[in-house]
Amino acid sequence: MSERKQIYLDNAATTAVWPEVVEAMLPYFTEQYGNPSSLYFFGQNAKNAISDARARIAKHLNATTQDIYFTACGTESDNWALKATADAYQSKGRHIITSAIEHHAIVHSTEWLAQQGYEITYLPVDADGLIDPATLEAAIRPDTILVSIICANNEIGTLQPIRELAAIAHAHGVLFHTDAVQAVAHLPIDVVDLDVDMLSGSAHKFHGPKGVGFLYIRKGVRTRSFLHGGAQERKRRAGTENVPGIVGMAAALDACMARFDQRVAHEVVLRDHLIDRVLAEVEHVRLNGHRTLRLPNNVNISFEFVEGESLLLSLEQQGVLASSGSACASGSLDPSHVLLAIGLPHEIAHGSLRLTLGEETTIEDIDYTVEAIKQVVEQLRKMSPLFEDFVAGRKAVHAVK
Amino acid sequence: MGYSDKVMEHFTNPRNMGEIDNPSGVGTVGNAQCGDIMRVYLDIDDGGVVRDVKFKTFGCAAAVATSSMATELVKGKSVQDALKVTNAAVCEALDGLPPVKVHCSLLAEEAIHAALWDYAEKNNIVIEGLSKPKSDIHEDEEEGEEY
Repeated sequence: MSERKQIYLDNAATTAVWPEVVEAMLPYFTEQYGNPSSLYFFGQNAKNAISDARARIAKHLNATTQDIYFTACGTESDNWALKATADAYQSKGRHIITSAIEHHAIVHSTEWLAQQGYEITYLPVDADGLIDPATLEAAIRPDTILVSIICANNEIGTLQPIRELAAIAHAHGVLFHTDAVQAVAHLPIDVVDLDVDMLSGSAHKFHGPKGVGFLYIRKGVRTRSFLHGGAQERKRRAGTENVPGIVGMAAALDACMARFDQRVAHEVVLRDHLIDRVLAEVEHVRLNGHRTLRLPNNVNISFEFVEGESLLLSLEQQGVLASSGSACASGSLDPSHVLLAIGLPHEIAHGSLRLTLGEETTIEDIDYTVEAIKQVVEQLRKMSPLFEDFVAGRKAVHAVK
Repeated sequence: MGYSDKVMEHFTNPRNMGEIDNPSGVGTVGNAQCGDIMRVYLDIDDGGVVRDVKFKTFGCAAAVATSSMATELVKGKSVQDALKVTNAAVCEALDGLPPVKVHCSLLAEEAIHAALWDYAEKNNIVIEGLSKPKSDIHEDEEEGEEY
C-alpha cells in the first residue's frame, strides 16, 4: 500500500481534458478574451476562432459548417432538439416517438412535453437493448412530428441502427434526431450517411472541456430559438459564446479523430478482454448490452446477489473507479430504467457495474480490475442473504415491504 | 455519497457478519426490488441475554454499516434492552447518514425486531412492546404476492 493506485474506468461519465486541448484553449482566456460580437479586431479574433472550430467540427461529422450550433452541454442540445422542434411543428401534430432507453435529458424532456399536451411513444428494446425498426414503422402516425433515438446508449453501450431508423422516419415525412453524446468521437459519425436531421454532442465525453456541446441541425429543419437574446449562432441560440470551450471542443475532436482507428482498436481489445475474463471467471454474471454492437469502450455487467453501490465503493477502495445502475448509487429508489427496459429483474439491475475505458487504459489495468472485481464480489456474496439462500437452495427472497 | 468515516469504517470492516447455526431467532426484512435486504441471527441465552448476533445484508454501504452497528449495539444486551435499540441510535452511533440513506437505519431496527419476534414465537413468550414485524419474511412464504 505504498502508492495509492487509481484506475479510471468511468470515461462515459466524463473524460480527462487532454493537454493539447488545454493548450489550445488557454489563449482564449487570457489573451484573446474579446467578445466575438465586438467589432474591433480583438473580438474578431475570437469570432474567427469560433468559425474555425465550427468548420473543423463540421468536417469530422461530414456536416455543412453552418449546421453546427454551439450549446452549453449535451443536455441543452437534447432539450433544444425536442422542445423547440415540437413547438415549431405543433401545427402538423403533437406526437413524438422515442425509446425506452434514452438518457434522462431526453426522457425528462419528453415527460415535460407530455405535460404540455404532446403524446409520446416509447419504443421497447430487446434483451440486448436493440430497437426493432418494425416497431418504429408501426408507431408512426399522421400526427407524428419527431423521432428521437439514442445513437449509443450511455449505460449498456448498445448501438442502434440509426441509418435504418432515420430512413423509416423520413419515408413518412417525420424528422429524426439522435442523441449521439456517447457516440461522437467513439464511432464514425457521418450525418449525410446516417441521414439524420439533428444530432447532439458534448465535448467532455471526448476529452474536451465540460460546459460546451453542439447540436447539428440540418438546413431546412424549422426549429425555434431555444435561448432568446443576442444574435449569436445565427439568432438561434443567444448568449455570448464560450470561446475557450468551443476551441477546446474542436481541438479535442481533432485529436480524437487523428488517431481514431488505433484508439478504438485498442479499446475494443481491452473491452473484449475484460468481458471475456469476467464472464469466464465470475459465476452468476450477465453482460448487459449487445455483445458486438456496442461502444468500443463500454462494459456493463450485472453480478447477481450483490448490490451496485457496495460494489462501487469496494472497488474504489481498491483504486478502481466505475459506475453503477443501482438505485442506491443514483439516489432514487428504482434502478436504472435502461436495465429494466432490457428485462432485468430489479434485484439484478441493482447489482450492475459499468466500466468505461479510455485510450489511457492498459491491459495491466484491466487485469488488475478483474482481480479486484473477483475479490470484491466474493466478499459481498459472503455477506449477501440472497446468495446464502441461493446456495442453500432456498427460494429467492422477495420480501414484502 | 458523503458517508461519514464511521460508516465507511463499518462498511469496510463489518462487525458480526455471518450466520449462527441453530439460532434462537432469525429475522429477514427488506426488499430486493428496492435493493436492500437484511437478515439478523440472534443467539439468546436462558437468561434472555443476546449472547451472540450475526447479520447478512444485500444493500448499499449504508445498509451494511447500519447492520454492523446495530448488531454491535444489541450484543450482550437483554432482550428488553435490545428492543430499545432504535434507528436513531444506530444513525447517531455512525455519526449520521446522508438524508436519502436514513431509511437503511430503519431496516436495521426492523431486522432486529423481526429476529426477536421469531425468538418469541419459537419460545412461546411475549416480549412486551414488540409487535409482529410487517416486513418479516419466512423461508416457506409464497413469493411474489405483493410487490
